[in-house]
Amino acid sequence: MIILDALTKSFGSRTVLDGLSLEVPDGQNTVIIGPSGAGKSVTLKLIVGLLEPDSGRVLVDEAVVGEMDRDGLATLRGRIGYVFQFAALFDSMTVAGNIRLGLVRRGHDEATIRQRIEESLDVVELSGSEDKLPAELSGGMRKRVGIARAIALKPRYILYDEPTTGLDPVTAALMDQLIIRTRDLGVTALVVTHDMRSAFSVGDRVALMHDGAIRQVGTVAEIQASHDPVVRQFIEGRPNPLVLAPPARRSAG
Amino acid sequence: MTPPVASAVPSREGFIAHVGRRSLQAARALADVPTWAPLLAVQMRRLGVDSVPIAIFIAVFTGIVLSLLSSYIFTGAVPLFFVGALVGKTIMMELGPVLTGMALAGRVGASIAAELGTMKVTEQVDALETLAYDRYSYLVVPRVLAATLMFPVVTAFAVAVGVLSGWITAINLLDLSTTEFLKGLKQFYQFKDVWFGLVKSASFGFAVALMGCLRGLATEGGAQGVGQSTTSAVVLGCEAILVLDAFWALVLL
Repeated sequence: MIILDALTKSFGSRTVLDGLSLEVPDGQNTVIIGPSGAGKSVTLKLIVGLLEPDSGRVLVDEAVVGEMDRDGLATLRGRIGYVFQFAALFDSMTVAGNIRLGLVRRGHDEATIRQRIEESLDVVELSGSEDKLPAELSGGMRKRVGIARAIALKPRYILYDEPTTGLDPVTAALMDQLIIRTRDLGVTALVVTHDMRSAFSVGDRVALMHDGAIRQVGTVAEIQASHDPVVRQFIEGRPNPLVLAPPARRSAG
Repeated sequence: MTPPVASAVPSREGFIAHVGRRSLQAARALADVPTWAPLLAVQMRRLGVDSVPIAIFIAVFTGIVLSLLSSYIFTGAVPLFFVGALVGKTIMMELGPVLTGMALAGRVGASIAAELGTMKVTEQVDALETLAYDRYSYLVVPRVLAATLMFPVVTAFAVAVGVLSGWITAINLLDLSTTEFLKGLKQFYQFKDVWFGLVKSASFGFAVALMGCLRGLATEGGAQGVGQSTTSAVVLGCEAILVLDAFWALVLL
């Protein structure tokens, strides 16, 4: 289980996380929704130790990430797959090279590496793309390779950073299916997105981030039935009236 | 936890701690031989072998100019066989290492900063970390080691070509025979002339590659940030060469 405990994080004078707490139960897809710039990606980076919280703790399988040494972090990262928003494929390597890199690090033999590459590309429906370079792939294909790179390591957890952003509806739906498929393989997922259709499609639990903290967390049905005005405004996609109001009315209100 | 390289300007109070932390990082990265060793040969080819043509081009014209210039200075005052001495000494000890270093500061420093800067802003460096690789072991050590080892090799080529070019100029354009040119070259030659230049060039390679790596990994933003890092790496690399040149002259001469 991943536990985020009262996390705060600021960049300069800008506070991004302000007491964020959340539990990510095993075997489920937990989705964090929230507007762009709310700190969703920062939250993921705190979990794998790419960033340090100003205060609070991240616990993965009861171990505190901030207290881990270099070897501990390497072991932790071996249990967590990370799918980046723009895939972050190594552009000097082929698709197979991208997947191979993590497997080599874990000391697998060549036969296992080849098998894992084939299996993971099969899961994301990109068999036969082993020798292509990232520049030859579409945005959706790159994201699928990013998923293949993560699942090839057979991680316990996968963190998805905006998996459907910038994709056409058909490819976005395919990404959702892949996320559900990886959960069915026994992987616990934490997905951050502002795509409500995707959130309700892949999520077992959904948490709304607002002002640097979790505003509400619950099942998809609970979130959809929420009476919280902030939650309702976000899931219905209504702009903040204060933002749209003309200056005179805004000051009057 | 990997501290961001961007925090490169420590407070005065934290300077010793900063240096200590960086030294520890460097020692750990160097000790991670299985990560950087397989990458070393590729970097030696990219940073060293591929730089030979530009170094030779510069050396050819340096030899020509030195030969003509020394003839112009010596004619009527000093025996002309001193042309060989001046060409040899100057190219081996100063112009060979420094001009080659400057050219490679542009080619190698810019290449490293642009590559690592692009990797940083496209989250490829973060992706590397999530695959349990240390950014310093994988990206910095092979480049810095390759440049440190290969700058002297490239400089040796440049020195040889520079002296050869000076000799060809002397026998064709000046009133000087091969025997006289070699007499001057041999009369003042010391083995120290060679190793002094090669030691300097190794230190230039170390500094240029390190600046390129640190500036590249400190890149923020997008294309503009990569441009700034690249420019900064080249400027810092050239400055480091000049400072080191003076340092070695003070220490070794």
